[in-house]
Amino acid sequence: MVEPILTVEGLKTHFNLREGMLKAVDGISFSLAPDEVLCIVGESGSGKSVTAQSILRLIDPPGHIVEGQIRYGDIDLLALSEREMEKIRGDRIGMIFQDPMTSLNPVFTIGEQISEGLREHLDMGKTEAREQAVELLHSVGIPHPEARYQDYPHHFSGGMRQRVLIAAAIACQPDILIADEPTTALDVTIQAQILKLLADVQRRLNSALILITHDLGVVASMADRVLVMYAGEMVEYGDVKTIFEQPKHPYTIGLMKSVVRLDNQRGVQLHSIPGTPLVPINPPPGCAFRSRCDAALGVCETDRPRAHSVAEDHLVSCHLMRQAEAS
Amino acid sequence: MTDRQSLDSLETHSPDNAASAWRIRRERMRFHLRTLRLAWYAYAKDNAALGALIFLAIIVLISLLAPVISPYDPAEAAGDIATAPGTDGLILGSDVDGRDILSRLFWGGRIALLVGIGPTVVATLVSLILGLSAGYLGGWFDQIVMRIVDVVFAFPLVLLAIVIAGVLDPGVWTVILAISIALTPYIARLARTTTLNVKQQPYVEAARSGGARDLAIIVRYILPNMIPPVLVFSTTLIGLMMVVGSGLSFLGLGIQPPEADWGTMVAEGRGVLRKAPHVTIFPGVVIVLVALSFNFIGDGLRDALDPRRRSR
Repeated sequence: MVEPILTVEGLKTHFNLREGMLKAVDGISFSLAPDEVLCIVGESGSGKSVTAQSILRLIDPPGHIVEGQIRYGDIDLLALSEREMEKIRGDRIGMIFQDPMTSLNPVFTIGEQISEGLREHLDMGKTEAREQAVELLHSVGIPHPEARYQDYPHHFSGGMRQRVLIAAAIACQPDILIADEPTTALDVTIQAQILKLLADVQRRLNSALILITHDLGVVASMADRVLVMYAGEMVEYGDVKTIFEQPKHPYTIGLMKSVVRLDNQRGVQLHSIPGTPLVPINPPPGCAFRSRCDAALGVCETDRPRAHSVAEDHLVSCHLMRQAEAS
Repeated sequence: MTDRQSLDSLETHSPDNAASAWRIRRERMRFHLRTLRLAWYAYAKDNAALGALIFLAIIVLISLLAPVISPYDPAEAAGDIATAPGTDGLILGSDVDGRDILSRLFWGGRIALLVGIGPTVVATLVSLILGLSAGYLGGWFDQIVMRIVDVVFAFPLVLLAIVIAGVLDPGVWTVILAISIALTPYIARLARTTTLNVKQQPYVEAARSGGARDLAIIVRYILPNMIPPVLVFSTTLIGLMMVVGSGLSFLGLGIQPPEADWGTMVAEGRGVLRKAPHVTIFPGVVIVLVALSFNFIGDGLRDALDPRRRSR
């Protein structure tokens, strides 16, 4: 087994709000091989983005990482000083954001913004950084990069801006790329292009990629492994094939059923999971999903399910699994 | 860790580094010139802003040249009392003391501009520092600074300026100091709000995720995005501060007679408002026009400072 490039263990990120303790991420664990694509899926508010921000330690008060470990190679990220962390961000771990329209500084040219990281992390001079930035723009498919270097963000379309942001994220050839719903703000035709570019870039850099999404189609085409989150907790974690072909958790099963397929029968209503997700502010004991779960047991009211290993590399947090094991 | 060589294809091969460095420097120069030119186009597209700028340039020129171009001494009588424009060769007539109104308007411009621009510049600089640090640092520092600002803010601007000017010896510097203090809370609050607004923009988080330090974020992200609105607001306030300064002089707390000041001139003319309205009207109209000009300039600045409005 290859040494993982990133290991997250028992990560808990809580927000101390006036209404109570929001357990945005509550006990997430996973590891990432150096060239692996991990997709984190889940509904809005399930803690996907907070997990990503926690890895880069971008959590601002009232949020705090209260427990857990995040290791990059053998470096404990949570033990680093802020100064040391700044050297990791953008250099070893690159991040791509959801909204390309607002993720670029409107008052500087895109070239200057890409050069910034190169000069900061790789100590390049102005000239060298500029040439490298032009190359990067070229490599992410921006036509006439030499001329467009001097353009401002508002001269670009959404898809082009996302390309610029990808160029900025890969400028220092990071070991890990984190893309937080990189295509949500784009229209469908552009989405496919950007995903293809991400996949290309990931292969070219030979880096690991954490892709946060709620599009299961994207997951199927890009992921090596999948982490399904619900209300800040991990519900299922495993190989992409396993998750799609043998989902075990009732929530994952529900998700898979709700996917629109080409062979869907006309007139048959699309499956949906009843109810709305629990907002984990001072969550009651027991399973967060039980109120929406068809198969809920008595024990689901009182005990929080632990992760069970149902097969090699396949974890499921559900009491049903223990039942199945016991019988 | 993976090796850095994997993107080898991205490395550039520059045959002649010195030459390309020179080429790039020249290109940067050109880029800055182009930005300036586009900013000017964006500004000049607004006719009111362009007109206001030309008008103010003339006023500034006249004020600077007042000793040379004034036909009479602004402090000495040049003719009969409150004569109509045109009599005795006085183009705008004379005031209640028989002084030439035109010459007094020329000289009064110096004080009006100083009183309008001086406090606004001081208050803006102080506000930028206060608002930026309070907004960016947040926490108890923000609380303390902003509560102090709120206390000052609670007093009406003119009233506060009157109180401050009242305890000091009257004069130009008193007016500037008084207005600076009274004005600061207004701009400081805007500076802080703008900082808070910019701070939570996704591009700031993106910058942090790219490893930018606090100083880099302040200098490259917060400041360039917060200065334009603050500057536009301040510019429009210059005109208002001139009026406030005139008001202080009107009340006798600012500029002392016989020194020429537009506000004092209006004050002196009110006694003969019915018989010789021009004594009040001329300085009054000038005050309004100059104050309006600063407003228009503020609007034009907003267009010039925003890259989105600078079309190619």
